[in-house]
Amino acid sequence: MSLTHQTAAVLLGLLQRGEIRAVDLTQQFLDAIGRHNATLGAYLHVDSAGALEQARAVDERRARREPLGPLAGLPIALKDNLCTRGLPTTCASKILAEFRPVYDAHVVSRLRAADAVLLGKTNLDEFAMGSSTENSAFQITRNPWNLRCIPGGSSGGSAAAVAGCLAPVALGSDTGGSVRQPAALCGVVGLKPSYGRVSRFGLVAFGSSLDQIGTLTHDVTDAALLLEVIAGHDPRDATCADQPVPAYRNLLDAPIGQLTIGVPREFFGEGLDPHVETAVREALNTYKALGATLKEVSLPHSRYALAAYYLVATAEASSNLARYDGVHFGHRSDRHDDLISLYSRSRGEGFGKEVKRRIMLGTYALSSGYRDAYYLKALKVRRLIRADFDAAFQECDVIAGPTSPTTAFPLGERVSDPLAMYLADIYTISANLAGLAGISVPCGFSPEGLPIGLQLLSAPLSEERLLRIARLYESVTDWHTRRPSRSGDE
Amino acid sequence: MSQPLLTAAEVQSLAHLARLELSDHELAVLTRQLEAIVEYVALLQEVPTEGVEPLAHALPVHNVFREDEPAPSLSPQDALAATADRRITSRGEYFYAVPAVLE
Repeated sequence: MSLTHQTAAVLLGLLQRGEIRAVDLTQQFLDAIGRHNATLGAYLHVDSAGALEQARAVDERRARREPLGPLAGLPIALKDNLCTRGLPTTCASKILAEFRPVYDAHVVSRLRAADAVLLGKTNLDEFAMGSSTENSAFQITRNPWNLRCIPGGSSGGSAAAVAGCLAPVALGSDTGGSVRQPAALCGVVGLKPSYGRVSRFGLVAFGSSLDQIGTLTHDVTDAALLLEVIAGHDPRDATCADQPVPAYRNLLDAPIGQLTIGVPREFFGEGLDPHVETAVREALNTYKALGATLKEVSLPHSRYALAAYYLVATAEASSNLARYDGVHFGHRSDRHDDLISLYSRSRGEGFGKEVKRRIMLGTYALSSGYRDAYYLKALKVRRLIRADFDAAFQECDVIAGPTSPTTAFPLGERVSDPLAMYLADIYTISANLAGLAGISVPCGFSPEGLPIGLQLLSAPLSEERLLRIARLYESVTDWHTRRPSRSGDE
Repeated sequence: MSQPLLTAAEVQSLAHLARLELSDHELAVLTRQLEAIVEYVALLQEVPTEGVEPLAHALPVHNVFREDEPAPSLSPQDALAATADRRITSRGEYFYAVPAVLE
């Protein structure tokens, strides 16, 4: 198997034992990107020179037997809404087309300190708003398993980069499912840590009470490796929990003991593709065969989650995106006669359709006369959704179900129907509303050969147990070892 | 509770509040789409929420304080690096320019 198809854990072993050099590994990924990115569209920007320089520095330090970080020499891709000092950070928006941050996001600083090699920035739905990556102002991204299909979104570039073996691991962000859903649709592992587990400092804000940075990897071990590096307290994000970070990777194969898996009937209702349901039920049976107890649980407010989410997320987005005013950041319109028209025209020219739609909906939800009926009502329903989960977790360790109601859909199919697009997130959004940890792991393929994901949700800050439970499934299945074929490879 | 129907004029006024210039075509399309979304989210009205406290975010943390002590931060030059019209005074101080606000 080519090095580009290996997991991070395998590659780190080879690097640590001196069997490969970081610079050669990085070059192999850059070559693969050179051959395949034009087709996949996973990356918006590749920093070849910077990556090779970082890799060379790791090799030199290793040769001198200097201490190195836990990810020394490992290439990684970053969603282009994570600030990288001196490198483009566009959020796939025209309004930030020329933006180069003057500082690194906290997670980027952590990766640099761990001696990872930053390959480049991946495509996304503009400002992470979307479920197919088709809302990027710059390019589409294709699903490596079927080039006519979407990769999911909004972290579609990061998911396609890992699935397509153009990076061994990647970071994304998840506001309503934007790590887990593309992971499911591209056949990789997507971890959304709990609200507060990872600092969002330097993540371009979308919905501040929902946003979290997550990982896209080939397997659960790699997710644990990365989480260990990026998690932990950071005073620059006041919502970041001041809690110790467990040794996720070393604890992965520790015995789980009695395991009860909650199966909410609300996650197996109308709109669920029968092939997805079959694969997910099969995964639940696998757990049962391993000794787990399956228990039906109820999340009665699930049917209101999507509506609550689209009010809370858009209200927060309309406020967060007020900073793009043509003055402090990004694009400034040439056509203006006063300050108000400078704002309105810069924003009108700089934002795409979905971003405008959400700013408008958020402005509506917060506007005088409607705030109580929409925004406040949504926050009350949000508490009821959280209470449903608190009650369910009294009876079970994790909640399991499908990550996405369907497999990857054809490019273009839902672009003109925002509500149909929003339904792609129906099973993932409640974890963001309730601040839970969630993971999607590969659990099969449709008859058309498209990947299916199993979603596991657990109580806030319980990633250690969540990862162990996900790893248990992975240890007896081989879905995570499959790679899509690509032309031109050995 | 009766559902307000969104008119193009209301959407235009929201666009003004949001400082968003929209073409006539965008306004027409958005009016239709927002109406459909607002109709969908009205689903929430059927949930009884009397006495339920709003949940603004999921963590039980409020006001996080720190000592108010000087610490290194971005230079004025860096802090203004992303502005579209950054200028510098004869004394070497950075600022950005906007259209005149006062006559």
